[in-house]
Amino acid sequence: MNFFLVSLIKIALVFAVFMTTLAYLQWVERKVLAHIQSRTGPLRVGPHGLMQPLADVFKLLTKEDLLPPYVNRVFYLLAPFIAVCLALISISVIPFGPEVEIGGTRTYLQISDVNVGILFILAISAVSVYGVALAGWSSNNKYSLLGGLRSSAQMISYELPLTLVIVSPLLLANHLSLRAISDNQAGYYLGFIPRWHIFQMPFPQIFGFIIFMISAFAETNRVPFDLPEAENELVAGFHTEYSSMKFASFFMSEYANMVTITCVATLLFLGGWHPLFPAPYSNWVAPAVFLFAAVACFLQAVHPARKHDRYTFPVFGIAFLLLAVIWAIPALQFILTPIFWFAAKVGFLLFVYIWVRGTLPRFRYDQLMHFAWTFLFPCALLNLLVTALFVAVF
Amino acid sequence: MIDTILFIIFAIVAIVSGFNLVLQKHPISSALSLMGVMGSLAVLYLLLGAEFLAMTQMIVYGGAVMVLFVFVIMLLNAGTEKGSAKSWFAQIAGLPLLLCLVALLGFLIRSVLPPFRHVEFGSWVGGTAEHIGQLLFTTYLLPFEVISILILIAILGAVVLARKEID
Repeated sequence: MNFFLVSLIKIALVFAVFMTTLAYLQWVERKVLAHIQSRTGPLRVGPHGLMQPLADVFKLLTKEDLLPPYVNRVFYLLAPFIAVCLALISISVIPFGPEVEIGGTRTYLQISDVNVGILFILAISAVSVYGVALAGWSSNNKYSLLGGLRSSAQMISYELPLTLVIVSPLLLANHLSLRAISDNQAGYYLGFIPRWHIFQMPFPQIFGFIIFMISAFAETNRVPFDLPEAENELVAGFHTEYSSMKFASFFMSEYANMVTITCVATLLFLGGWHPLFPAPYSNWVAPAVFLFAAVACFLQAVHPARKHDRYTFPVFGIAFLLLAVIWAIPALQFILTPIFWFAAKVGFLLFVYIWVRGTLPRFRYDQLMHFAWTFLFPCALLNLLVTALFVAVF
Repeated sequence: MIDTILFIIFAIVAIVSGFNLVLQKHPISSALSLMGVMGSLAVLYLLLGAEFLAMTQMIVYGGAVMVLFVFVIMLLNAGTEKGSAKSWFAQIAGLPLLLCLVALLGFLIRSVLPPFRHVEFGSWVGGTAEHIGQLLFTTYLLPFEVISILILIAILGAVVLARKEID
């Protein structure tokens, strides 16, 4: 019974954090994009637009849920359901930290440790094409159909380099469970170079990481590979006909896929929750970062750029200060420090996603396919061969 | 107990999807029914302890193969199938002949195969990636390599057939 109780609590926690992340990722994206383009982004709802996600949720929930005539009703209703369910399910095998003991109960910081975890994620990502493809087809609209077709072709094409490049870190780790893969990356060379897979001997996976990230952009239909919803060619692509909560489902699934794939990238290449510095230093990185943020907030409040900044920034400063204090408590550090490092890496990769969206233009469709099959695929194959050779020889 | 319940649920899903595959008029519905069969088969593999096989089933059949099916159906924009006008012979003798075939097949299977035993869910542990890799690279090395050559030949054949003539 204890197992079920602990699992339920873990599921509730992960779900709450995951959903909040999804909601605020959109706020972060709008803010970062705005600052890249010298704008201010959402600012009206709450301090610095922080309540914007809540307002968006209410807006989407209360909009009219339009069912266009001439759609294939069953598949039209099924598609957003498939998309959002499959996008949310992968998080259940992602480990966020090591085994911890809370109140006498030993448990993993993970919903379930599946011993074929990475294959599970690949299986889910392979099946999640259906959501987009069915949405495009059942809408009975030529732009939607083109978006759906493009999406399925693109996802099949980029799944090949993605899968091939995943094999190389698996060769180094010799295991399929995400927890074991992450544990393989603990420790340091010469006391300061982390044994993450992008640095790990005999063949550092730095090229593998780059290929993985490029394929991940294509798998999640993000700029510069967002051809399925290229708005200047296809109106909005596969979700043109969707409104209200059904549209929000596609939106949510896109962000959920982004979070999941960055988690996988972190676990496979960036060492999961293992910190960049050896433990005596890395335990104090989190409090230092939060302290720095708090000081920055207070300084900003002293010289406010806008009138209300004088009141809002001290509040953020106090919040950051509290976080710094919590992360500095030695009794909690063994739980919180791994989570901080995991979240920091995932957050950085998500930032790269948004950064790329703000900087790069979109590919043309034939360029996209050409790139996948004639450049990325051979590169992934070469990376795999060289890694296999090095692992076999050394 | 929970294994048996799951087995019954997913066996029913597999059978119903299988029938649905034949009965549906629209190609997309049939393709998705096939997807249902593949998915519930994967769950049955999982119940038997073959987790690697289950995941491979989902990646290869559920993902790659079926997505290509759906893709081609969507690309060709195949419409609803029309029911063929059945001949009087098919209408009268179809069902009895089908029953005969099923009975014959059942009899053959019972007489050729060794007697059935009860399946113990979760008692078999040979389904991990390590076990399967070991077997593929020792006992079944030759069949494995022969199959990969065969698939390579098939791919080459498909490329040659699909190639555009360059003037």
